[in-house]
Amino acid sequence: MATAQETASSPKGPNKFMRFLNSKKVVPYVFVSPFIISFLVLTFYPAVRGIIMSFQSVLPGQVNFIGMENYERVFNPTFYKALTNTTIYVVLTVTILTILPIILAVILDSRFIKLKTLFRASLFMPALASTIVAGMIFRLMFGETDSAAANQILNWLGMQSVDWRYQAWSGMFLMVMLCVWRWLGVNILYFLAALQNVPTELYEASEIDGASIFQKFWYVTLPFLKPVTIFVVTISIINGFRMFEESFVFWEAGSPGNIGLTVVGYIYQQGIQQNDMGFGAAIGVILMLIIFVVSFIQLILTGAFKRGDE
Amino acid sequence: MKKRNKNSPSLKWLANVSMAIICLIALFPIIILIISSFRPSSELLRTGISLTFDTSVMNISNYTYIFTQASQYWQWYMNSLAISAITVVLSLFFSSMVGYALAVYDFRGKNLFFTFVVFILMVPFEILMLPLFQMMINFQLVNSYAGVILPMVVAPIAVFFFRQYAIGLPVQLMDAARIDGSTEYGIFFKIMLPLMTPSLGAMAILQGLGSWNNFLWPLIVLRSNDMFTLPIGLATLLTPYGNNYDVLIAGSIMTIIPIIILFIFFQRYFVAGLTVGGVKG
Repeated sequence: MATAQETASSPKGPNKFMRFLNSKKVVPYVFVSPFIISFLVLTFYPAVRGIIMSFQSVLPGQVNFIGMENYERVFNPTFYKALTNTTIYVVLTVTILTILPIILAVILDSRFIKLKTLFRASLFMPALASTIVAGMIFRLMFGETDSAAANQILNWLGMQSVDWRYQAWSGMFLMVMLCVWRWLGVNILYFLAALQNVPTELYEASEIDGASIFQKFWYVTLPFLKPVTIFVVTISIINGFRMFEESFVFWEAGSPGNIGLTVVGYIYQQGIQQNDMGFGAAIGVILMLIIFVVSFIQLILTGAFKRGDE
Repeated sequence: MKKRNKNSPSLKWLANVSMAIICLIALFPIIILIISSFRPSSELLRTGISLTFDTSVMNISNYTYIFTQASQYWQWYMNSLAISAITVVLSLFFSSMVGYALAVYDFRGKNLFFTFVVFILMVPFEILMLPLFQMMINFQLVNSYAGVILPMVVAPIAVFFFRQYAIGLPVQLMDAARIDGSTEYGIFFKIMLPLMTPSLGAMAILQGLGSWNNFLWPLIVLRSNDMFTLPIGLATLLTPYGNNYDVLIAGSIMTIIPIIILFIFFQRYFVAGLTVGGVKG
């Protein structure tokens, strides 16, 4: 630890300030100060302000404390609908975006595969499109008419056309598909990176012991993928609860029967569109608590804390 | 147990073919979008993106329209370019300094600062957006570039990444430079920052792509059509009443194409940037 001794060594004149600025005791603080200031102004203050706002009724030029009223109002059928939608979305995207990438990464990593780079790049490509552009493509492919791509395929298979954007199950299907399409390649890369850490000797040893491909996957590969799996699940949960765009791009302001309403969508609707900021802030605080609790439970269940103790 | 090697040829065939099919499915939406962009917009509005269409009426009119008539679209393009460029420069400048300082110096409060960084990583932006919007109203920054950019300048993920990278920098160079009379700032800007170029590349792509595709915050802050960024502007064209499908579809392609070209040249940086960026979303 540095002690206060450099302050004493001060020659005369204007050099003093420069010397002071250049002392190893001060330099680090100069480097971190822009970040500290922006953190305080743009993250810490708004976070505190948001919590305070959630106990207020915020109208232009008229702000009153109203106690728990916003929170009491939050627990209404629309919020439950939004929370249910978001939860289903989180469960589906987390499951699909963990299992599918693991399988594909293992196949991609195997020595059977030629053209590895090409396959990897093609799967990664969708991540480059914004949710809005990707959503636009999906919206036009899953249109209501018989001539839209998805319904054409259904019709060829002898099935009825679907009003994709107007039914609960298909609305959820669209949002999940959009997310899976954009993130699959990125998650594959995470797992591919982790697969490079599996020592090849272990595979060779298990082959000598006569392990089948499946056994090798289950007993050798999977244990090595555990840390990255925890990471992927954690970020997928957080991103899932923060979901907004995937819903907005299909229904803009509002979906029929709120089939596409998410918690963040509800914050936007109430806080920005209805200008009820106190109420919106209360939903935000609840969302933050939900994310913390769910992430915490997930980390305990997957033993992320236990690993740290060892 | 059967001899595994006997299965190999058929297994190899199966693995490659199924992989190729999956990749085609992944690329299909982009391919069909590009093909559909050559169909007349009126027809597209009627049928949506379909698998069968009249090839005889295909032409480049959507593109000629967007290049000659759609000045609005190019305004959005300029806004997106400006906002992304400024965001990248500012966030990289601040974040690299912080990450570097956290890596190479020992100072009081170092651990506390690092805890801050992790804390911001965990707070979802959606919680901050209403108070931030209120601040932007108070500072009169609504509907301005600054209003969009300011909250994005705090990039904890970049700080985290730069710190990890800077830990591996050769500290001996710093001592050598000090003996040569270089200031600490000179050491950073002239010696260490150039050594951090690969990490700067990865973060430039992460921040640039994030800003280029950013939606919710610009949607809240930007109020008038001439200030919109590309995603916001394109979203306004999505309504069923809109007859601007020419701008929508050709315009969408022109937001992806530059990125795909960059991706082909800087694949390594994209991969490094986006796999870290998963944390931020």
